[in-house]
Amino acid sequence: MKLEILGSGCARCQQLTENTKAAVGALGLDAEIVKVEDVATIAGRGVMATPALAVDGRVRISGRVATPAEIERLLRH
Amino acid sequence: MTGRSMSLPVLDQPPASGRPPVAPGPGHPFVTRPAVELSIGAVLWIALYATIAPLSSWLVTGFFGVDGGTRFGTALQFFAFETPKVLLLLVAVVYGVGILRTFFTPERTRAMLAGRRETVGNVLASLLGIVTPFCSCSAVPLFIGFVESGIPLGVTFSFLVASPMINEVAVVLLFGLVGPGVTALYIGTGLVITVASGWTIGRLGLERYVEPWVYALHVESGPEAERPDGRARLAAGRGAVREIVGKVWPYVVVGIAVGAGIHGYVPADALAGILGRGAWWAVPAAVALGVPMYSNAAGIIPVVEALLGKGAALGSVLAFMMSVTALSLPEMVILRKVLRPQLIAAFIVVVAVGIMLVGLLFNALL
Repeated sequence: MKLEILGSGCARCQQLTENTKAAVGALGLDAEIVKVEDVATIAGRGVMATPALAVDGRVRISGRVATPAEIERLLRH
Repeated sequence: MTGRSMSLPVLDQPPASGRPPVAPGPGHPFVTRPAVELSIGAVLWIALYATIAPLSSWLVTGFFGVDGGTRFGTALQFFAFETPKVLLLLVAVVYGVGILRTFFTPERTRAMLAGRRETVGNVLASLLGIVTPFCSCSAVPLFIGFVESGIPLGVTFSFLVASPMINEVAVVLLFGLVGPGVTALYIGTGLVITVASGWTIGRLGLERYVEPWVYALHVESGPEAERPDGRARLAAGRGAVREIVGKVWPYVVVGIAVGAGIHGYVPADALAGILGRGAWWAVPAAVALGVPMYSNAAGIIPVVEALLGKGAALGSVLAFMMSVTALSLPEMVILRKVLRPQLIAAFIVVVAVGIMLVGLLFNALL
């Protein structure tokens, strides 16, 4: 599983990264967490509000810091 | 909780958190229906709000034994009453706006703006700029998203100016400290400026000063629309309170403290000469001073309110507040990635001139 955090490195992006790590840890998943900070790449993915979270290439959350519990639900399907 | 001022437990337990006084047991997340959360929150909020006046005057005169007639007493009373009042108003409005914004995503706003004619588009973009969640850190992806879907440059700028200018923090502080009349004036003239400056930028035909890679970029379809339920919307409101009030409260406290000092110690009309209506240069000076200042509307409005009470002219003061909120240096630096310096300069000049005209007009009329 590939998880991408899209954001230019602001405080909210850090928080989303932390929450994603917590969710992955809680579920015991084997996931690769990648930070995407290049703004052209972020815009190219169709994201208009950061931070955003993409799961296996699909942008699932945009413009807000999701809680670890919410990300867990998302990853469990 | 350590080292916070007396009103701040409110922030840790926002009135709208919906939790009853008894904490839920561990492992049993407390489930609440939105209606229950809202009514408990409203009752708590009203109770707290009603306590401010008696509690603050008791604290100053009864507990600290300060004579309300002295300069120090006037300042202390102002601070003790206005700080919790403004913070409580801020909690309620930021919570409400946080919920409202779950209905307005940038994607939905873009869909509403796409294909609009310019003038109508400028008006709609300004109005949507107020309610769409926006942070200057995502100014670039938002700009690209708008331009890529064919929204005219001028309409995009109307959105980019309205969003920070007419924001909930500035509006609450103006309303709570200065009053509804000036708040309405600020919002009304603010909208005129955002519409007119966006329209002007559109007429100037500056598209060639957008970095060429923006138009060449291939943009994917983007995030699928989320469908938040009532609980998720309320959670967004609580999140907004944590994030926004958590960030601006120190500015509010310091700003009101400075304002209180001015109220108590500066004689009435002391500023009428320097910042009064007669000083024609006050408006350009206010704009020149306000543009480099960023996002400190929370700390500046209480000071501005105090200056207004000491004879500063309303037009100069409005111009100062608008230039603080509408134009910010960090946002220009961020936008430099997609805009050439010529376009950034045009953007600053057009908006600054609009603000100056409003300031001069009010100084002449009022």
